[in-house]
Amino acid sequence: MQSTTLILLLGFMATAAFYFGRGRSLSLVGGPGHGTALHSLPGYYGYYVAIWVAIPALALLLLWVMVEPKLIVTLVVSGLPEAYRDLSPGELNLLINNIQNLASGDVVSVAVDETLQAAANQFNQYAAQSRQILAVLALGFAGLGGAIAWRRIHPDLRARNRVERVIRWFLIAASSIAIFTTVGIVLSVLFEAIRFFQKVPITEFLFGLNWSPQMAIRADQVGSSGSFGAVPLFTGTLLVTAIAMVVAVPVGLMTAIYLAEYSSARVRATAKPLLEVLAGIPTVVYGFFAALTVAPWVRQAGESVGLEVASESALAAGLVMGIMIIPLVSSLSDDAINAVPTAMRDGALGLGSTRSETMTKVILPAALPGIVGGILLAVSRAIGETMIVVMAAGLAANLTANPFEAVTTVTVQIVTLLVGDQEFDSAKTLAAFALGLMLFVVTLFLNVIGLNVVRKYREQYD
Amino acid sequence: MKMTAMTDVTTDNQTPPTLTEEPAAAPVAEPIQMPQVPEQETELSGETVGNIHCENPFMIANDVNVYYGDNHAIKNVSLEIGKKEVIALIGPSGCGKSTFLRCLNRMNDTIETARVTGQITLDGKDIHRKEQDPVALRARVGMVFQKPNPFPKSIYDNVAYGPRIHGLAADRAELDDIVHTSLERAGLLKEVKDRLDEPGTSLSGGQQQRLCIARTIAVNPEVILMDEPCSALDPIATARIEDLMDELCEDYAIVIVTHSMQQAARVSRRVAYFHLGLLVEVDETDRIFTNPQHRLTEDYITGRIG
Repeated sequence: MQSTTLILLLGFMATAAFYFGRGRSLSLVGGPGHGTALHSLPGYYGYYVAIWVAIPALALLLLWVMVEPKLIVTLVVSGLPEAYRDLSPGELNLLINNIQNLASGDVVSVAVDETLQAAANQFNQYAAQSRQILAVLALGFAGLGGAIAWRRIHPDLRARNRVERVIRWFLIAASSIAIFTTVGIVLSVLFEAIRFFQKVPITEFLFGLNWSPQMAIRADQVGSSGSFGAVPLFTGTLLVTAIAMVVAVPVGLMTAIYLAEYSSARVRATAKPLLEVLAGIPTVVYGFFAALTVAPWVRQAGESVGLEVASESALAAGLVMGIMIIPLVSSLSDDAINAVPTAMRDGALGLGSTRSETMTKVILPAALPGIVGGILLAVSRAIGETMIVVMAAGLAANLTANPFEAVTTVTVQIVTLLVGDQEFDSAKTLAAFALGLMLFVVTLFLNVIGLNVVRKYREQYD
Repeated sequence: MKMTAMTDVTTDNQTPPTLTEEPAAAPVAEPIQMPQVPEQETELSGETVGNIHCENPFMIANDVNVYYGDNHAIKNVSLEIGKKEVIALIGPSGCGKSTFLRCLNRMNDTIETARVTGQITLDGKDIHRKEQDPVALRARVGMVFQKPNPFPKSIYDNVAYGPRIHGLAADRAELDDIVHTSLERAGLLKEVKDRLDEPGTSLSGGQQQRLCIARTIAVNPEVILMDEPCSALDPIATARIEDLMDELCEDYAIVIVTHSMQQAARVSRRVAYFHLGLLVEVDETDRIFTNPQHRLTEDYITGRIG
């Protein structure tokens, strides 16, 4: 039986169990009119039985799916002739792959001989058996669970409490998924980064001023010397981010102030959705807008006043990134300004403040935590932004603070490092993980600062 | 028509029938005190009974109407507010007393849909005249709100805010002086003089409200509007604020909106009773509470209208 069929069947059983459970609870106390004699609402008894039907069976199914492939492979391998069992792990892996492919009817990389065919047949046979056993066991579990729960139903059974406890565990499991994923990503990046630091000293990575990620494949290769100093990448990132923030913060903030305090309801109703459209443009579109429109324009404008501007400049990338971030800053600031109580606004106006005095002296200070939080989020976004800088900022790892030169950023380098034909354990590839780790640490640091600023001011102002 | 509307706000079932059956029973008895009231007045004729005039009028509202969009919130209200007196505005929720209060310093300007007609004069000059800057008006007619709303600043800066924006102090010493005097007059100085740098929000509710009063008088207004200033405070803090009003009315005209009849009786010299956007009755406080002339006023102060 297919797993999907099995799951559907279990779902059907659980639904049926719900109605049976509810019916039984009511019949125990003498019909629907006497529901108050039950500890919980009749529906909870239904859910209680349904949970007992579905959860043990589904748990078994999950466990089976995790264990089954390994078990079958072990069984198949143990059935192979002596000669095959002495193969190296790599070759054995290949063999198993071939057997699996043969079994499922895919392309096989070696000539099919009798042993291989036999092993594939064996594999299919085991798989079929496994599915049968699973179906029987799962339905058995479901039936057994249902029967136990059915027998336990009693007017004094605290069904609601039990159902709610199960629900609570589900909620805990759901919220752990995001946390465990984060932890998993951090750990995997961390371990790869540690492998990188075994090849390249961490001090060179953190303080080196040269970035030229090469690794010799052969010892006598030309240009085999590489250097992994990440400083130019981080200054490049900082430069582009700074330019982006210089554009986004004032424009976004002023937009928010206008929309929240000065605009009429009609302007607001049109302008807000339009701004949100800006936030919805894919970054790749911004990227070629930056590379094809803004960068040449910046170059021409620079040349007309006698400045040397590279065709891929930090300025062009930063400007476009800033425009991309405006909606983020303005909508978060707008929320923060709107969250300031009207009482505060009235208080200031009632003392004879003008609108602008009210804004600058009372509302902005009160909304500051929200605004700062929004800006830090925007900074994190700018640091992590990839597409625009890949297209518009260039690849040259210049250590410069001149916005007219081409710079490269951490994210751009991660992309280029991983889009190569290098082995996965070469220092060049591993450098991407080290950069990723650094980037993560920086954004984490910013978020922690941001949260603390927000918390500190919140305590003070509310 | 009017009666249908009445039932909506009435909490007591007995009231509406009483109203319809006995129109103008009480007012006829004492015609001398309300010469402007026609003898056969109906329950909500729009005419105000009692005496809207006072001895030394400082603010005069004449035939004021307020509309919020299509909602006619205040109807033909005329009222005089005297110098150095406390006048209390009472009435059931939604009767327009706060709206009227907000007309007096043009706070309704900040509400997009609000429209005010009629004339309000301050010291003989129309507050809606073209040259009148609403900002300057609000400096002369200060306001204290229902919920204490100190700014997210230090106690000192809260009080110094008004003098700073209006440039009332030439230097720091003068500003210090204004802040201290205002806190002193608001009865708060003793409690806060050692912690003027702490945020205003760190004070208790009653202290915050006195801080807001200090902030208002720091601008040296001529009229103070108070919109239920004690509704968020406990009885002790309320008593302090009421004492404060007693002292302040020696220099300022005070208009207070309140839901507490006891408070109105304690602090005010005159009382105005609003009902469904109409000013029903105005008179000396004693007379309103001992011998109200309008049926609705009597019902309200005896607790028959919510």
